Amino acid sequence: MSIGLVIRLLVLALLVGFLVSPESFAFVFEPLTKNNQPVIYNQGSLLDLTLNHLLIVAIATALATTVAVGLAILVTRPFGAEFLPLSRSLANVGQTFPPVAVLALAVPMLGFGTAPTLVALFLYGLLPIFENTLTGLTGLPPTVTEAARGMGMTGGQRLVRVELPLALPVILAGVRLSTVISLATATIGSTVAARTLGEVIIAGLLSSNTAFVLQGGLIVGALAVLIYDGLSAIERALTRRTGQGARANA
Amino acid sequence: MIEIQELTKVYGETTVVDRVSLTIGAGELCAIVGTSGSGKTTLMRMVNRLVEPTAGKVLIDGQDTRDVPAYELRRRIGYAIQGHGLFPHRTVGQNIGTVPHLLGWEKSRITKRVDELLSLFQLDPAQFRDRMPNELSGGQQQRVGVARALAAEPNILLMDEPFGALDPVIRSKAQDDLLAIQKRFNTTVVLVTHDMEEAIHLGSRIAVMDGGKLLQYATPQEIIANPATDFVAELIGGDRPFRMLSLAKVLSLVEPGEAAGDPISAGASLREAYAECLWSGREALPVIEDGKLIGRISRNDLARCAARPS
Repeated sequence: MSIGLVIRLLVLALLVGFLVSPESFAFVFEPLTKNNQPVIYNQGSLLDLTLNHLLIVAIATALATTVAVGLAILVTRPFGAEFLPLSRSLANVGQTFPPVAVLALAVPMLGFGTAPTLVALFLYGLLPIFENTLTGLTGLPPTVTEAARGMGMTGGQRLVRVELPLALPVILAGVRLSTVISLATATIGSTVAARTLGEVIIAGLLSSNTAFVLQGGLIVGALAVLIYDGLSAIERALTRRTGQGARANA
Repeated sequence: MIEIQELTKVYGETTVVDRVSLTIGAGELCAIVGTSGSGKTTLMRMVNRLVEPTAGKVLIDGQDTRDVPAYELRRRIGYAIQGHGLFPHRTVGQNIGTVPHLLGWEKSRITKRVDELLSLFQLDPAQFRDRMPNELSGGQQQRVGVARALAAEPNILLMDEPFGALDPVIRSKAQDDLLAIQKRFNTTVVLVTHDMEEAIHLGSRIAVMDGGKLLQYATPQEIIANPATDFVAELIGGDRPFRMLSLAKVLSLVEPGEAAGDPISAGASLREAYAECLWSGREALPVIEDGKLIGRISRNDLARCAARPS
């Protein structure tokens, strides 16, 4: 077992332990409070908030993946090639628009709560996945795509049997990037009353309670690191399995 | 039989293939030779419609290739390319079984065919079937590439510089394998190469292309003896006598009699025999076939064969 894995398992154990029984860790955060402020977040269960946070990120990323991969497939087909520049700029706009601005604009239409946060995360997550899928689908070895055509595969067969499997590791890298960005960005959803870990941070900021801010931040940080590592590991396994080890290292 | 009629391909202002007509008989190995940019690859790719012709048509066994969907046409024609183009995420067995799978063959039949082809190319099925392409050497990958092209028992095999990426030793082995397989299945082969030596060695007919035009289409003997243009002569190069000798086997010149020294095999080319005569300073060499002495071959006869045919 490598040192890296031991550290990751340790972080995971600490995270789970803290979420299940936050009070046992009170002594760590005690020095950060003043004037007898509560040490551990007390306006709701940290575990519930974490699960809800993860759920929002999962839904937003799943939607973004579906749309971005679908779009990238369409614009790399012969009939969709002319939409490539347009779709690129659309995805870019989604990325340059600050999530806070999206929230502000979405609230009047969708009301307070989870919905505007989902919209912001969805828009924000599109670009990395879209760009990576494009790279994956257009950067395939030309001899392989040529052979697939020469063997008599139809367009759909080439996509499903050759292009997507070979592009999968690169697509997954985009999903990983998007997930980690969303994990962090989801915290600001709490400004419009979405139930995420942002609540803990905001509560801390409002009452000048550094312990709360740190708790919220640490949980989000630990989640991001663990999910990033997990997805990276899946990517490496896929790259090896698709016989592209040399290509990935190059 | 492949009949190419007035085939033309124009990209924008450039005519890449210019009204080429030629007929490739069943069981022939036609080598298309030319420099890069001569249109040789485009010409070949129009046969299985990887490139759609601007004008003209291709008939296969009398049927216009445009009468069937392109993907169905391609499943009937074997296709092997330089750098093999194996699918890196599929095992060797799955790669070879690609076209049979597309054609909907039964699993057991595909497995049987894959093992048969692996054995044919001297790759032990048990050992290689489940390997990934990146675990093979260059020569093995190339063999799997050709095996994949032959999987659905096509009558026609198109090869685009299939041996270009191989080192000389493996290349000559791969060339001999191709000739043996072509003879055995009587496959019609169209092979694109820039190497005249390879074309002469493999081709039963050679098509020389330059600037999109077909300069000459003839047997290797005819091309060497009477090149149609200076360009063809230039492609053949200065060592025409030796190329001429490389076309025939020792067996064709054997005469009764004895000679001293190491014998030469009846299956060797006249070029090898002549080289051996010169190297060892002998007037004649003993010839063996299947380990038995069958006569001798003389340097004078060899020299006569190397002369320009009258």
